This record gives sequence, structure tokens and C-alpha cells, in this order.
Amino acid sequence: MFVTTEVSTYLAEIDGFQMKIDEGTTILDAAHQCGIHIPTMCYLEGLSPYGGCRICSVEVSTDGGKTFRVAASCSYEIHRPIIVKTDTPRIRRIRKMLAELLVASAPNVKLAQDIAARFGINQVRFKMEDNRCLLCGLCVRICDEHMGGKALGFVGRGPEKKVSAPFAIRSELCLNCGGCDSICPGKMIPCQGVKEPGELCGKCLRLEEMPFCCPMGTFGCFCENNPLDQ
Amino acid sequence: MKRLESIKDLERLRETIVAKNNTYEKTLSICGETGCRVYGSESLRQAFEREIQEKGLTDKIKLVFSGCHGFCEQGPIVTIEPDGIFYGKISEKDVASIVSETLINGKIIDSLLYEDPDTGEKIPYEKDIPFYKTQKKVVFNNHDLIDPTKFEDYMNFDGYQAICKVFSGMSPDQVITEIKESGLRGRGGGGFPTWQKWNSCRKAKGGTKYIICNCDEGDPGAFMDRSILEGNPHLVLEGMLIGAFAIGSKEGYVYVRHEYPLAWENAGLAIEQARELGLLGENILGTGFDFDIEVARGGGAFVCGESTALVASLEGGAGEPRDKQHLHTVDSGLWNKPTNLNNVETWANVPIIINNSAAWYSQIGTPLSKGTKIFSLVGKIRNTGLVEVPMGTTLREIVYDIGGGIPDGFEVKAVQTGGPSGGCIPNRLLDLPVDFDELTKVGSMMGSGGMIVMDEKTCMVDVARYFVKFLKEESCGKCLPCREGLKRMDEILTDIIEDQGTMGEIELLEELAFVMKEASLCGLGKTAPNSVLSTLEYFRDEYVAHVEQKKCPAGVCTALITYSINPEVCTGCGACLRDCPYDAIEGEKRKPHHIVTELCKKCGTCMDVCKFGAVEIT
Repeated sequence: MFVTTEVSTYLAEIDGFQMKIDEGTTILDAAHQCGIHIPTMCYLEGLSPYGGCRICSVEVSTDGGKTFRVAASCSYEIHRPIIVKTDTPRIRRIRKMLAELLVASAPNVKLAQDIAARFGINQVRFKMEDNRCLLCGLCVRICDEHMGGKALGFVGRGPEKKVSAPFAIRSELCLNCGGCDSICPGKMIPCQGVKEPGELCGKCLRLEEMPFCCPMGTFGCFCENNPLDQ
Repeated sequence: MKRLESIKDLERLRETIVAKNNTYEKTLSICGETGCRVYGSESLRQAFEREIQEKGLTDKIKLVFSGCHGFCEQGPIVTIEPDGIFYGKISEKDVASIVSETLINGKIIDSLLYEDPDTGEKIPYEKDIPFYKTQKKVVFNNHDLIDPTKFEDYMNFDGYQAICKVFSGMSPDQVITEIKESGLRGRGGGGFPTWQKWNSCRKAKGGTKYIICNCDEGDPGAFMDRSILEGNPHLVLEGMLIGAFAIGSKEGYVYVRHEYPLAWENAGLAIEQARELGLLGENILGTGFDFDIEVARGGGAFVCGESTALVASLEGGAGEPRDKQHLHTVDSGLWNKPTNLNNVETWANVPIIINNSAAWYSQIGTPLSKGTKIFSLVGKIRNTGLVEVPMGTTLREIVYDIGGGIPDGFEVKAVQTGGPSGGCIPNRLLDLPVDFDELTKVGSMMGSGGMIVMDEKTCMVDVARYFVKFLKEESCGKCLPCREGLKRMDEILTDIIEDQGTMGEIELLEELAFVMKEASLCGLGKTAPNSVLSTLEYFRDEYVAHVEQKKCPAGVCTALITYSINPEVCTGCGACLRDCPYDAIEGEKRKPHHIVTELCKKCGTCMDVCKFGAVEIT
């Protein structure tokens, strides 16, 4: 292994603002350093960038501004002088459509609503669904990167993709830390397992049984009466 | 087999193999590719073996269970060399007569010959058959004379001669220059100059470097890479050896999709043989160069053909592309080491270039796309099969001269190239020369070489939906534009097909396509809208007809068509009335029948059984 003694810096121009950026910094971090806001969904400081939602897309040029291509700013590291534009008609068009797709798929998740509102979406042109999971992968990453758990992962592909424990059984690696639950942007939905007014099942607190149901289809609620899973 | 210690050893071995082969008078080649195997070529081979043994011809006749002959339509295929006699659609009952007549007496059996469907003329020799006449076999040269399980067969046709040439005096830079001068571009679809990739990987920092052969061919209707790896695995191994030498790699992988059992079996066997001979492993041919290859079996996802997803899959993770636009796999690929990934056909071209020189290779093709390209010609076409043509051959030549045109006298409506990521090229552009850049210009792409021919009875909206649905299911689901975008595109196209479409939805399709093209993470999402965009560009009137006039011009989309019987043509024979599974046809004998629209489920049975063409679609 080699030891880096000195980090080289590159000149980055973000929305006309020029500054020297350490090699390996992402565009998103660099933009934050200049005080430029780039909207995000699947990004969270302290977790590795995932590049899934593409809402943080920006225009990047590595040839001195001759050609620009679209890249996700959260995962694009700066390794040469670059010019970035974060707010152009092209980018706005992309973000608006992505927000519409997101909110059409999960209209009851507050974060999706917030993003849609931010981009001025008043009407959705697609058929509404009621997904509770945005597939942002925050829970998977926090479990792996911070808890060393790897108790959660993605299963399936395409429209079938979902977050699940391996083989849909609560993993022995799960520490019951609740990190996944605390980070989930969809967790605003209340538990819907209780049927009678005033009833409290309390299973989520006692942690006696394996969680085979939850409002997000993955974790959170430990009771067996969750109507969403039936 | 004895381990070869030097280049001289290899030459000596070749001499013995060639001498032994020269003792045979004739070679009988049975196509052993998947297509012909399905028709029963395996039992055909056993029958020939028995027959040749019984007649005591084992010393005179060489029996080869070979790789693909290309003309899959005529399978199982048998050819007899050195005359080049071609017999198609052979069954076990023909075995005895082929051995006694053709092999012993040298007579050609007329009834087994290929018959030109237009002229009715019987054609005895392979080289005269229109399907083969205009093809130029470079990669497929000798493919039909090599048994993929026999190392000797490959050696017999200059096998491992290119690596000897490289080892006896070429430097890695010279190899890369040779590839540069040949003009070889990646056959996987992108058309990236191969030498540039090799050069970047060679210059990349880091001691350990990997090379990968991508045989995760998942396009519907494409089977070129499969045929090469199944039929001539040593050619690919030799290409990888040369590449490894040029790049400075010691480890290689052949990534084969799980659905190709014969391909990974044959590749594995070839690797074992090469290891035994000392052509893989440590100190190859006494040159001090080490290199080894392993076969990795893919898990069955289409997206694993994408380089970063393939790398993730090879590392043991889920086949999801990595989002590292600032990094290339040549700098940081497998286990974050510099990795050079090429398609099967690209690797197969390498030994041919080294053997025949770059100058020879660069004469073939167009100024910017050199060499030949193998296409799998499928769909509504007479001669289904694999064709190898020089770059720059027009679509018309491929479809009409080689493919024999459309059966039943229909016209070509469109040709779909490039698999699900490609586009549909309309009839009026058939004179387009096929190379990387020309196809991209018209909104399609070369892809790995799938070519699906469609006739007038194909609905282009239905075609677009087929590909969108395929990609929707095969998208890894990581990024929002691809996962949600394809899902919504499928919804909209289904709406249009099922009589629910609005004009606004066509614009929404275009808007979605723009965002997917721009913002998707990997190549799958970026090219996914191509089928929609190209059909919208060339066949927009069909979309409009679906939405505004509520008609499907091709008569395919069941929600938009009605079946009726033309009373002037109907003879009242009663065939449709008997066969209608829904009892939706009424009428008295010998009087015109009619269809009860409320009961009709539009299955099309009446149309199929009517001998008079009285059933019409409106």
C-alpha cells in the first residue's frame, strides 16, 4: 500500500463559482463547500453514495465547457479540472420528471411529497401506486457500513426489487439496533397492525418474534396483524 | 498430453497433427451447435460413427462434430470436405446412403441438396448457395471443420500460431500497435477502439491487472457469441492470451451466462486442455510469461452484460452497475484493479489479426469500422441463421441476398438491430451500410449483432412494448429513471395497445425517454428508450392511428381490431363455425356466415382455418 503524502487539488467551477477542490471530493460535497444546494433523495452524509435516485444530477464538462453530460453529483469524484452546472433547463427537466415518477410510486411517503412540492408538481400523469419503500437503500447501507450488520439487502430486480433480510428471515446478524428504522424516509407511516381502538400489541417493543411484516414491507413493525402484508 | 516447453515443441506438435490429418481422404462435418442439436444432430453423429466403423472407413474419413455452420434454417447440416458438398435437413435414415453413395462412391445425392426456393434449382456446393455466397468468413473461417472439444482440430488450422508469433519477437507495444492499425473496434456494441482500451489498461497504475471475456449475451434473438465460444473456444483463449501479454495481466475470466451450458462446458474443457499443454499457467512455452483463465458462470441477469455490473457479479455481489462515471474499468474494475473487458467476438478477432497482419484486416470493412461482423438473422425471414459479412454491407444485401427475403411475398417493414437497446430501421433505409456509426446515426445501434426482420404484419407499437417489457423486467432496479421510467413506459404502451391511449401519452413517452436517456445510471437505462424513440420517429403514424382512430394498421392489437366475414367470398363451408372455440360464428350451410362481435374473443382461429380468405380484420 502506498501512503498519500499530499492531496492534489483541481480547479472546479460550479455554477460560475471557481474554487480549488481536493482530489476525490464529490461534486455534491464541493457544491456544499461553495454553498450551492443540490437536492438529493438517496444521499446521506456519512454513508457511501449510492447514485440511485439521480435527483442530484448535474451537468459536468471535463473538456473546458465544450460538451456537458449529465452525472449524479453524489458519486462523481473530482479527479481533473471540471465545470459543473447544477441548475439548467436540462437539469430542471430531468429532476421534475424524476420527482413525478417518485411521487407517483410512493405518494404517501413524506419525502417523496416534499421533493414533488419542491419541483412544483401539482399533478401526476401516471397511475398512482402506494409503495412505502423508495428503494433509496439507506437502511441497507447504514446496516452494512455503520453497524457491520449486513442484515438487510436488496432482493429481486426491476419492478420486483425490494429490501429484505436474506431469505426473508430475520438475520442472526441483526443487532436490533433500529438504525434501519431510524433512517428510513418512509417511516412516517403509523403502524397499522392494531385493529381495535385503544389496543396496543406492543410486540415491536418486546422483540419476541421475528419481524415478518412491517409498514414498509421490510422492518419496523413486529406484529402479525399488519394489514399491508396480507 | 505432454506439456509444451517451448515454441519449437508447439510447432513440432502441430506438424504431427497436420500430418495425421493429411492421411484422411475426406472430412465429414456434422453441425454440433445448439440449433442443430435441437434437431437431433447428436444422434446423427452416433449413427455416422457406427456406419463409418461398420464400413471400415475410420482411417479414411474424419468425422467432425463441429461448431455452427451458420445456416440454422437447414439444420441439421452435414458438409463433406474437400469438395464442399452441403446437405441440409438430414435425418438418421439418410446416414447409410450418405456414407455409401457420397463418401465411398463420391456421388452427390440430389434429394438431400439445398433447393433454391425461387428457381427450384438444386445446389450441391456450399459456396454456391446464395446464403453463403456473399458472406465473408473471417472469424467463422474453419468453424465448420473444428470440433470444439478437440485441441488438435484447432491446431490443424493455424491454432496458437498467433501467440507463437507474439512470443517470438513482438513487444506488448507492438501488439497494441498492430491492433491499432487493424482498426478493430469492440464488438460488444459500443464500438470503442480495442487498442485504446488495451493501452489504457496497460498504462493504468497497479501491479495486478485482469482481463475478462464477456459472454453474457442476453439480447432476444442473438446467438453470435454463444456460437463462437461453443464452436471454437480455443480461438477466444488465444485472443485472451495475446491480450494478456499486451496488457500485462496474469489472470483472466470468461464470464458466460448460465443459460449457455454448452458454452461454459466447452470453454472449461478448452482451458483444461490448454493448461495441460502448458499454454496456460506458469511459464507459458518457456517464455516466462504466466497467465491463467477461469470460467465464471453468470447468474442470469441481462444487466450483467454491462461492464460494471459484470464486475460486481464476478466479485460475488448482486449484478448491479456501479455509479462511477469518473472512473473506467480499465483503471478500477474487478476488485478495484485495472480490468480490460472485451466481448467474445472481439477476442476472437485478435489471433486472426496477428496471423494475417493488420494491413490485411484493415482492408475489410469501411474507413471507420474494420473487419467483419457476425449477425444473427432472425424474425420473418427465409434463411434464419448466423451470417458474417464485411462491415459496410447494406441491410438490403443482408436481408434479401443472404437472408432470402421475407416468406409469403411480404415486404420488409423494419429491421431491428442491437437487441432491446437498439432501434427499428424502416424499409426506406434498407440501403444503409451497416457499421457502428451509420446505425447510431439512424437511432439504432450495432449492439452485439442481433438482427430481427419484421414484415408488414408486425405492429410497431407492439414491438416497442415487447422490448420495453423485456427491459423493465431485466432492469436491476437500482436507479429511479430506469426502474420507474420503464415501468411507466410499459404502462403507457399497454394503454395504447389496449385502446386506452391518449395523444398526451405519446408526448409523455417522449419526455420519459429524454429523462431516461440523460439521467440513467448505466447503459441499459440510457439506451432503453431507443426502441420507443425509433418507432416514434419512423412509425409515428401507427401510434397516432392507435390513439386517434383506434385502429391497429397491422391488425395485431386485439383490442383495436374486429374480425368479420366477407359475405361475397364466404362459401358457407362451415369450417370456421366448427372450429370457433367461443361459438361466435353463425350461419347456415352453403350460405355466408357471420361473426357475432359480442362473443368474438379475437383468437384468429377462423382466419387460420378459412381456405377462401373470407375472414377479414378491420
